[in-house]
Amino acid sequence: MKRDMMNPYLAGFFLGLVLLGTIFVTGRGLGASGAVKSLVVAAVADAAPAHAASAPFYKPYVGTGKDSPLKSWLVFEVAGVLIGAFVSGLVSDRLKIVTEAGPRVAPRMRWAFALAGGALFGIGAQFARGCTSGAALSGMAVLSTAGFVTMLAIFGTGYAFAWFGRGLWLGAKAER
Amino acid sequence: MGPFVPDLISDQLNLVVALVFGIAFGFVLEQAGFSSSRRLVGVFYGYDFTVLRVFFTAAVTAMAGVLLLGSAGLLDTDAIFVNPMWLWPAVVGGIIMGIGFVIGGYCPGTSVCAAAIGKVDAMFFVAGGLLGVFGFAEAYPLVKTFNDSSALGPVKVFASLGIAQGTFAFLLVAAAVAAFAATTWIERRVAPASAPSLRFSRRSHVLAGALLLVLGSVLLVLPDYRSRLLARASQGAAAGALSVPVMTADELAFRIVDHEPNVRIVDVRSPQAFAVRSLPGSVNVATRDLFNKEWSATLSPRHVRKVVVGDTDEQARTAGLLIRDLGYENVAVLEGGFPAFEKTILTAAPFVPAGGRWDADVYKFREDARAEIARIAERAKQAGQKQPKKEKKIQGGC
Repeated sequence: MKRDMMNPYLAGFFLGLVLLGTIFVTGRGLGASGAVKSLVVAAVADAAPAHAASAPFYKPYVGTGKDSPLKSWLVFEVAGVLIGAFVSGLVSDRLKIVTEAGPRVAPRMRWAFALAGGALFGIGAQFARGCTSGAALSGMAVLSTAGFVTMLAIFGTGYAFAWFGRGLWLGAKAER
Repeated sequence: MGPFVPDLISDQLNLVVALVFGIAFGFVLEQAGFSSSRRLVGVFYGYDFTVLRVFFTAAVTAMAGVLLLGSAGLLDTDAIFVNPMWLWPAVVGGIIMGIGFVIGGYCPGTSVCAAAIGKVDAMFFVAGGLLGVFGFAEAYPLVKTFNDSSALGPVKVFASLGIAQGTFAFLLVAAAVAAFAATTWIERRVAPASAPSLRFSRRSHVLAGALLLVLGSVLLVLPDYRSRLLARASQGAAAGALSVPVMTADELAFRIVDHEPNVRIVDVRSPQAFAVRSLPGSVNVATRDLFNKEWSATLSPRHVRKVVVGDTDEQARTAGLLIRDLGYENVAVLEGGFPAFEKTILTAAPFVPAGGRWDADVYKFREDARAEIARIAERAKQAGQKQPKKEKKIQGGC
């Protein structure tokens, strides 16, 4: 049977405890987009080593070539996220291959927009040095100005832009 | 005292720690319902504010925990990673991500969660993220100048706003409670039949709000750890109740001349005064900096007597009490501070018998000590100053 979602305040409290535990033990917060960056760096270093060694973006991460870019904290953390989310889906009976889209959006269109949205996040997270997890959430927990600025910019833009994206999510056929 | 990286947990073990916390992170995110894009973007359309509730509660919980642990002296808040800010890149990056959120329906962390339970759209989002980073990397030379502009370093938000840390923490908590109330009201009007807030009682809302406000009030008046310890030490020093053993100028001079290895002179005077004249082999530390990890190697050895030198007895006693409060042992203060040492040992004076039996010997000792200390100082100057070991810094961020 599909279980209901956890009470959001309780879930937020647990999420806060996980973040606090991470900060307490390791001195740093949680993240996500950094792992995506490591994957890209590793792929480029593998496919075009000369390019990775000379292009200014990859150079600092490729380093001496002794350690793989994949041997990074965030790559391991995100691997954990995959496992943790899978286990959660398993125990709450939510594992299912499915495309989730707004009522008026066909799967292919949803995929295209998801791909585009992911690409924008990939770009934006480089400028902001982190995404919703690493910059906004973890940054807010340690009271960094950058965390609050990034959070306000993400959600402020989300609200400002929501009207243009309404066709993707709202509609008559809503079955919720 | 946390954090345990890099001193207690090695870089290798830290990767295991990352995996463990990642599992917990992913589990909680999925349980919170963050694996559904329609739920996530609901925050922008008013029909589902789950994201705001979870996100705000998590941020406040973690922030409160950091402040409470820091105040209790269990977490060294100066050692943890504070995201540095590049102001305009952060704003532009946030705007790009905001658009990405609305059209993509996820953020990177939640897309990984959703992909893990089989959401195909989330897998496309993750692939898009890879493409985005790749595109940025290839275009990096073009955007590098902007990307590195307006670098402000790891600034803290309360300092940016010019208010106290506790005041900011309280305001954030109050803002969270207000946002919970307002968004619940909106949600029930936008989606009267399906609002997620209908699934939990009014009591649970009120309870969450009340608990948060209590927490915020605690944070408002919470003194930070350093200020608390410093205040206690300076009160103790002024009262003289918890006195620290003293060492006379003559004894210290004897130890210096004798090259006694088990004495370390800690000079807590201002760097200016220290630069004008200081004792050979002494280190200059501001009392506030005694908390820093870099000094623990100097202060830790129990067989080494730490002699604190100040401008006055009270200044030295404050530092001495603080060193003891921080858990170090074998501390003494130089009686009369640096001026006493300067007057009795370092300044040539004609012999004036005061009637004591050993006056002449004392005079002779002080004359010899003055000459010898000058020689030691000269040799040290020629040898050059030793550079202290560089501390390992914690790396973080995305």
